[in-house]
Amino acid sequence: MTEKIVITGIGASSPLGGTARESWDALLRGESGAATLEHEWVAEYDLPVHFAAEAAVRPDTVLERPKAKRLDPSSQFAVVSAIEAWEDAGAPEVESERLGVDYATGIGGVWTLLDAWDTLRERGPRRVMPMTVPMLMPNAPSAAVSMHFEARAYARTVASACASSTESIVSAYEHLQAGLADVVIAGGSESAIHPITVASFSSMQALSRRNDDPATASRPYDVTRDGFVMGEGAAALVLEKESHARARGARIYAELAGGGITADSYHITAPEPEGLGASRAVHIALESAGADPSEVTHVNAHATSTPVGDVAEVRAMHRVFGERVNDIPVSATKAAHGHLLGGTGALEAVFTALAISERTAPPTINVTEQDPDAPLHISGTPIPLGDGQQLAISNSFGFGGHNAVIALRSV
Amino acid sequence: MAHTQDEVLAGLAELVKEETGIATESVQLDKSFTDDLDIDSISMMTIVVDAEEKFGVKIPDDQVQNLVTVKDAVDFIVGAQSE
Repeated sequence: MTEKIVITGIGASSPLGGTARESWDALLRGESGAATLEHEWVAEYDLPVHFAAEAAVRPDTVLERPKAKRLDPSSQFAVVSAIEAWEDAGAPEVESERLGVDYATGIGGVWTLLDAWDTLRERGPRRVMPMTVPMLMPNAPSAAVSMHFEARAYARTVASACASSTESIVSAYEHLQAGLADVVIAGGSESAIHPITVASFSSMQALSRRNDDPATASRPYDVTRDGFVMGEGAAALVLEKESHARARGARIYAELAGGGITADSYHITAPEPEGLGASRAVHIALESAGADPSEVTHVNAHATSTPVGDVAEVRAMHRVFGERVNDIPVSATKAAHGHLLGGTGALEAVFTALAISERTAPPTINVTEQDPDAPLHISGTPIPLGDGQQLAISNSFGFGGHNAVIALRSV
Repeated sequence: MAHTQDEVLAGLAELVKEETGIATESVQLDKSFTDDLDIDSISMMTIVVDAEEKFGVKIPDDQVQNLVTVKDAVDFIVGAQSE
């Protein structure tokens, strides 16, 4: 029998707060992290979308300056969230060769890349920083976390767009199950609220245009939803073999019971409309957890607030759960924190772990008229999950047809 | 207007602090960038390019390896100013 993997630490730097606990508390209060962007570039480029959910705390105000200077913001967020998760886990004693890192990003160091391009054009090649490439590479967050903690078992970077950090958690689960590490810091990070990405997502009609009311713009399952809200930040989880955690008397939030990934092979941006790939990912996650769909008590949905994506996910859930899907407490937390792209799965995993450890499904804000094609059990206020065994899934889907699902069980 | 040796040392110490966080008072003429100040090659290149801009000089790449101590760098910059 394979060994259980447990979650012993959580960390987050999100639009809702500078820590996991602050983010969770703001989420439960029904707050939104979205606001009008104050940057000059919004008007300079006449961007059609004027708002986003920027991180509540800039990471370069938390890290020492020399360290921050060598890291793209995406890596700064990664290190900040990992430090919090590690300390939350009680800084477990583990051999360097048995400590791994599985840290994702969807886009990577876009600010570093494009700032360097500006520098090259305006000031010439001599002024392009020697650290430019090591700062912009997509494995930079993973490498930064690995070096901070002297983690030498492995340091992997999953890049599967908005499924990235859920897939990182699946990867870490598999690595731990294979006996190749005792502890893994898994998570994901994104800092890509840049004129280029705002313009690109706007061009594909993916972003909400609710410029006059950013706080209510992300509204998964509402009939008037018109796109997602870009978010920013990172989250991390300390994953540990149960025997290792028990031996040191660690607090355990939940068991990471299983994970599944699939690919749609359908369209580069659109989800497969019947939810075939997404539902298979849920089935694989539940099978690896040794669980039946009937045991699921909570779903943290991907639900980005796009007209097409939200309903495709509902169809996928219907394939797995049948009519019971409408009775399971569902949380679409992007309504509050926006879409952190490569960091979003890890943040939602943190919230899912807290949901089942505190037996409270967080609210789905901003839904004033629920889409009849998405008749799920959602609420604008927290939903009590009860005293019994909890089994939750958290879904993430990414451009490219990537589907990643994790299953968490109460302990 | 040319900077004096003391001014170049003080300015260089500020650049080192900006790049690495090392206290300005630690940046003394007899200190080695690598052995004493533990500055790696990437930070050294950043400091060199910053120094070029700050003092209005050119420090060719093939000269950087000769800048072993802080005094080497200060002397090179002071000399380059007069060229």
